[in-house]
Amino acid sequence: METTADTHNVKAAAQETYNYKVVRQFAIMTIVWGIVGMLVGVLIAAQLVWPALNTNLEWFTFGRLRPLHTNAVIFAFGGSALFATSYYIVQRTSQARLFGGPLVGFTFWGWQLVIVLAAITLPLGMTMGKEYAELEWPIAILVALVWVAYALVFFGTILKRKVKHIYVANWFFGAFIIVIAVLHIVNNMSMPVTLFKSYSAYPGTMDAMIQWWYGHNAVGFFLTAAFLGMMYYFVPKQAGRPIYSYRLSVVHFWALVSLYMWAGPHHLHYTALPDWVQSLGMVFSLILLAPSWGGMINGIMTLSGAWHKLRTDPILRFLIVSLSFYGLATFEGPMMSIKTVNALSHYTDWTIGHVHGGALGWVAMISIGSLYILIPSLFGKEKMYSIKAIEWHFWLSTIGTVMYIVSMWIAGVMQGLMWRAVNEDGTLTYNFVESLVQMYPYYFLRFLGGLVFFLGMFIMVWNVWKTIAGTKPVTHAVPQTAH
Amino acid sequence: MNEHDMSTFWHWWVVILTLANIAGIYWLIRWTSKKRPGEAAEGAETGHSWDGLTEFNNPLPRWWLWMFYFTIVFALIYLVLYPGLGRFAGVLGWHSGNMLNVEDSQYHTEMQRAEDRYQPIFAAMAAQDVASLARNSDAVTTGRRLYLNYCSTCHGSDAGGARGFPNLTNGVWQWGGAPDAIKTSIAQGRQANMPGFGDSLGEEGVEQVAHYVLQMSGRADADSALAEEGQQKFNMFCSGCHGAEGGGMAMLGAPPLTENAWIYGGSLAAIKETIQQGRAGVMPAFQELLGEERVHVLSAYIYSLAPQ
Repeated sequence: METTADTHNVKAAAQETYNYKVVRQFAIMTIVWGIVGMLVGVLIAAQLVWPALNTNLEWFTFGRLRPLHTNAVIFAFGGSALFATSYYIVQRTSQARLFGGPLVGFTFWGWQLVIVLAAITLPLGMTMGKEYAELEWPIAILVALVWVAYALVFFGTILKRKVKHIYVANWFFGAFIIVIAVLHIVNNMSMPVTLFKSYSAYPGTMDAMIQWWYGHNAVGFFLTAAFLGMMYYFVPKQAGRPIYSYRLSVVHFWALVSLYMWAGPHHLHYTALPDWVQSLGMVFSLILLAPSWGGMINGIMTLSGAWHKLRTDPILRFLIVSLSFYGLATFEGPMMSIKTVNALSHYTDWTIGHVHGGALGWVAMISIGSLYILIPSLFGKEKMYSIKAIEWHFWLSTIGTVMYIVSMWIAGVMQGLMWRAVNEDGTLTYNFVESLVQMYPYYFLRFLGGLVFFLGMFIMVWNVWKTIAGTKPVTHAVPQTAH
Repeated sequence: MNEHDMSTFWHWWVVILTLANIAGIYWLIRWTSKKRPGEAAEGAETGHSWDGLTEFNNPLPRWWLWMFYFTIVFALIYLVLYPGLGRFAGVLGWHSGNMLNVEDSQYHTEMQRAEDRYQPIFAAMAAQDVASLARNSDAVTTGRRLYLNYCSTCHGSDAGGARGFPNLTNGVWQWGGAPDAIKTSIAQGRQANMPGFGDSLGEEGVEQVAHYVLQMSGRADADSALAEEGQQKFNMFCSGCHGAEGGGMAMLGAPPLTENAWIYGGSLAAIKETIQQGRAGVMPAFQELLGEERVHVLSAYIYSLAPQ
């Protein structure tokens, strides 16, 4: 059990230890699902450049694989990263072992089962037809059960904490767990007709509104709040500095969680949605700018007094650059929610670029940076096997992300302008195919950007393998005295 | 339903929740901006520690606060000007027009503006008959633009057709190539229906008729012995619509079979499949979408494509 790097190892069997087993399981699966999800992403990006790659197999076409990609990267990769880090953080900042006994293992195996079922049913075309909520009702019920177990484990651990105050990271994880449960259950209300087909309980426009209330808050709470929780632990840890401002954490937390709830209608501008709902969606999206940036400021400013570390520490660079992409995406989002801007950007690849600025730049890079801190500590090593390899991974991720979002910006603005151009006789200047033909170079650049990002993941796999090969699972004793 | 149907309860529900959230955020900013008794000094650590992590009690960045206030003020002004607070229509009285086609809605106004601007162009073109319009290069340009947006998805960018969608450039017409016939096809759409003859003809019969059809088109791959057998069957089953000589009948949408031009493919296998299973082609109607005048200009473009 004992490793040289570990001073906190268990000496007395009676002493309570942190549950690192589940953290290790989720951490490893984060990397596995990251590879799978990004592989499918690169594949469908290639299908858009070379349509012949769709082949004649219906389950291998873009339409079937695209939801597989989104589900795999958001819920399998992102979800596993959040389970791993939230379980690690909540234990260490509460000084308590995870609550729930067998429930903990159920969250791991249940979540993996959900992912496998998604990977089977989505290519087969079994889908609710709601974006990011495609999974059919039996799987949706399993998701709900796993999520309730997750909530019990997380909040049970918070309740038995030995530290008086709840750490800021746990506020964000807590909000994420509660809100995702509500969103998932409400949006999945449906009438099953067979084991693999159900229809939404809501009619028409209302269904669309509920779907995007879900959809946008999935972004807000799954991909934003929860990853901010990750940020609030690993940034100060790696920087070795106190968090910049406690007050800023308070304001931006409460503002973020209350304002995000309203922002969904901006996905439905210029549709049958009533004008007043569209207006509310837009103005609350705009007010959301400041609270979103609150998290970025708090993260980046935590480095004040330690800026020099960025020169030598690629892990810290992963974390700080991810916050910059987060700031970029959360500036872009409110701008795109302005109806006049949305009239140009909606339905174009600008949206895809915006999403990937968040998904690659923020979600993936903060997760990768955090894993580079987490993995050595879970396997009793002082640091990753190769810091040089992390450096390479950092540059591949950054360059890949920039290539991706820049190509989609150009593509999106070009599409928006081409679609609205009219001749002097009022006819459209370009038909749809003409705008599509113009996309070839940008779709190719996007494919390359995605590929570059994807290649970085293999460096990570190698580095993680070299770090953990031959190690034995580590256990840490729960410190008995509160700080 | 439109916004004016909202009940009083839901109206106030929306208004109160909206304003309460904005007011709550404002209060939150003010509250955290102020120093509270017993709090750590600004810039000092708060004194809490978790797993070795601590926090400074730094003030909120001023530029950030002003940005926050600005967005709140913007939001309030917007909600005064535009619909947002329940049934309150906003002082500008703006509607998108998505709920009801009210006179002063943005949709209605913009459509009216476009109509005022472009209507004279099309009215002038529609005053000429289709055949002479087909020689007017401005009209053909406009017609081609309409074609590319509304027709090319099925008939192809070059109007050369695709399987199931007739070629519009070869002068072989399913529903007639006269100006009026073309215009009717576009305005009202067409529904062709060729029944399947597999049951009546049997496998051998289908083969024979297919060879006869090939022979009518002057194809070298027609087997003359089989074609001879097929001719009699053609006369019995097919000539009613396609004509005894296979010249077709535009009134029924029965295409000519003598031109070696095929809607569903001209291979022996494709022709056999057509005879065996029948075909049902549908051209949608565009009158309602485009209006009489644009259909007229589009007809002139289509007319200009075929060899006269």
